[in-house]
Amino acid sequence: MKGFWAILIKEFAHIRRDRTTIIFAILVPAVQLTIFGYAANVTIENIPMVVMDLDGRQQSRELIQSMGNTRTFRIVDRVVSAEAFRRALTSGRAKVGLLIPPNYSERLLRREQARIQVLVDGSDSQVAQTAVNTVGLLTATMSIGKAQVAAELAQFAAARDEHGAQAMAVESRTRLLYNPNLLDAYFFVPGLIAIVLQVVLAFLTSFSIVKERETGTLEQLFVTPVSPRGLLLGKLTPYVLLATIEMVIILALMVGLFGVPIQGSLMLLFPLGGLFIFTVLGLGLLISTLARTQLQAMQISLLFMLPSVLLSGFVFPRSEMPWPLYAVGGILPVTYFLQILRGIVLRSADAMDLLPNIIGLAICCVAILTLSLSRFRKQLD
Amino acid sequence: MKQNKTGQPMDEAVIQTDHLARRFGHFIAVRDVTMSIPRGAIFGLLGPNGSGKSTLIRMLCGVLRPSGGSGRVLGVDVSADPEAIKRRIGYMSQKFSLYSDLTVRENLEFYARIYGLDRQRRAQRQEAVATWTGISQYMDRPAAQLSGGWKQRLALACSLVHEPEVLFLDEPTAGIDPVARRDLWDLLFDLSHRGVTMMVSTHYMDEAERCTHIGYIYMSRMIALGRPDQLKADPAITPEGTRRWEFVCTQPAAALARARALPVIRDATMFGDRLHLLADKAVSPEELVAQLAATDPAAAARQIPPTLEDVFVLLSRKQSSNLQETEKAA
Repeated sequence: MKGFWAILIKEFAHIRRDRTTIIFAILVPAVQLTIFGYAANVTIENIPMVVMDLDGRQQSRELIQSMGNTRTFRIVDRVVSAEAFRRALTSGRAKVGLLIPPNYSERLLRREQARIQVLVDGSDSQVAQTAVNTVGLLTATMSIGKAQVAAELAQFAAARDEHGAQAMAVESRTRLLYNPNLLDAYFFVPGLIAIVLQVVLAFLTSFSIVKERETGTLEQLFVTPVSPRGLLLGKLTPYVLLATIEMVIILALMVGLFGVPIQGSLMLLFPLGGLFIFTVLGLGLLISTLARTQLQAMQISLLFMLPSVLLSGFVFPRSEMPWPLYAVGGILPVTYFLQILRGIVLRSADAMDLLPNIIGLAICCVAILTLSLSRFRKQLD
Repeated sequence: MKQNKTGQPMDEAVIQTDHLARRFGHFIAVRDVTMSIPRGAIFGLLGPNGSGKSTLIRMLCGVLRPSGGSGRVLGVDVSADPEAIKRRIGYMSQKFSLYSDLTVRENLEFYARIYGLDRQRRAQRQEAVATWTGISQYMDRPAAQLSGGWKQRLALACSLVHEPEVLFLDEPTAGIDPVARRDLWDLLFDLSHRGVTMMVSTHYMDEAERCTHIGYIYMSRMIALGRPDQLKADPAITPEGTRRWEFVCTQPAAALARARALPVIRDATMFGDRLHLLADKAVSPEELVAQLAATDPAAAARQIPPTLEDVFVLLSRKQSSNLQETEKAA
């Protein structure tokens, strides 16, 4: 532990002097959280739709209106020629085209099956999927409504409720747990805490060590009586403190700004957060042993960041991944901490519920720290 | 810094090595170095780049373990107890290893803390080294804003804050202006008078001339060791029956080519705009002018004692030809 205090005091002097560190550590995560939290809005609404109504009577106007009422679609154009209809889609002005044939109203009145054509731009699969589902649901609802009217006239009903009114034969009662309003923030923001902590901490710690190597002060320190342990603890302790402050700020923003309440126990969240912070500091140290310059440290940090965002389950569910990608996700500490965060914050999960993830995170922590410490020690010789 | 601090006499060997060696894989960086440096000496370590100077210094600082032989600094074995050595030595490297974002005061304070000085002693020592180097006027300035010479004084102050008995300086004057170099050497002489032993690696011959002792490393071997005047007086440098001349003329390159063709001239080397010649004793200065630059009115020869550079050039040449012969024999 020799030299611990000297290094610690010096490191705080660096942080105090270097405004960018403070900005990077405190402000950037908050801004990132805000931007990500709002931008990660995946509910698809207002898909532009072009309409070619060859019927033009009340029935078809009702259909168009109910399309607009879903809010999934926004009618951007009404055309009368096939050429204009095609243009609207090829130019990208509209993603969906609704073609109502001239005999639409007549067929409905004659109780024949009426057909409409819906053309969907499939290039953005999520938008296309939403459009197809919405149109399917809308026409099904309309058809059921007409069927019910017909059945009522024929004094026949497939099913009735307790008041004797016509009803759906099977009714499902769905209750949304943990995120009753289906807000995307509930899904993204807790996970973002893990991502932001990792990015900022791995950057800062690897930078602070590589900088000393680059400027030659590390070499100078080896000639002094400072012990490797004192050197390392002295350098990392300020960042543990910084990380803890950061975590509190992000949690506060999550509750205050995004209205995501913390359902579970803070007494469980903070110790596990601590475990994750140590793991990430170990990652920073590992990066510092791999990089010769600060530029390299940044590049390697980015290399770690990409899979952490894409393969950890932060954006895409891991259960859908092919096995090699699934396996890569399994060696990332952020994968486990993500589940822990969502579990505690959203579902009030306790330690028993989270045991597999806690064990996973602990294994990552021990493995990364062991590897980075042994590499760091080797470089001292 | 006082002579009786360790209870050892003034003439004891502060740095002592015995067949000290270090290899990195197949490459031998330092080979078989045996030397002894007395207290208060300024030992100049010379040699081309990559000859093993830094490796030797790093072994004596306790940072690098020797792979053969032994070394003792202040009576402590470098492989047995490097930590005990680190507390009692100072080190200043060619790159000014300071924290440029910290002020002069913070840099000094940091090194004082690293060496475990208590609060009172820290204040006292910081004051002492700052006054001694003259940097007290810049105490609150960030190190990045100091000029090269002042940065180097700060580095020296930092390396002395714990009152080391031995100071290692690895090319301390590389890349700074002549005035700052001279100032630094004045400080080093002062330290030497206070009993601090120093080992300085350098490329500058004028600095080498100022050292009390000199070691010349060439291709990992210490091929010359001694006081500067001893080295110059070595009969291998100016053999029996020869004299050294400095030869001035307007076209030294042409004269050099002619000199090398003459059998009576044993050795000819270009030194700046003039030649250094080693010629048979029988050759007179008039003959030299006639042979080398007959039509040049400015041509003149002057007898000179050998310089350290002569010594090193000659020894290096001899060493490489020896090596080539042994290789041929093998």
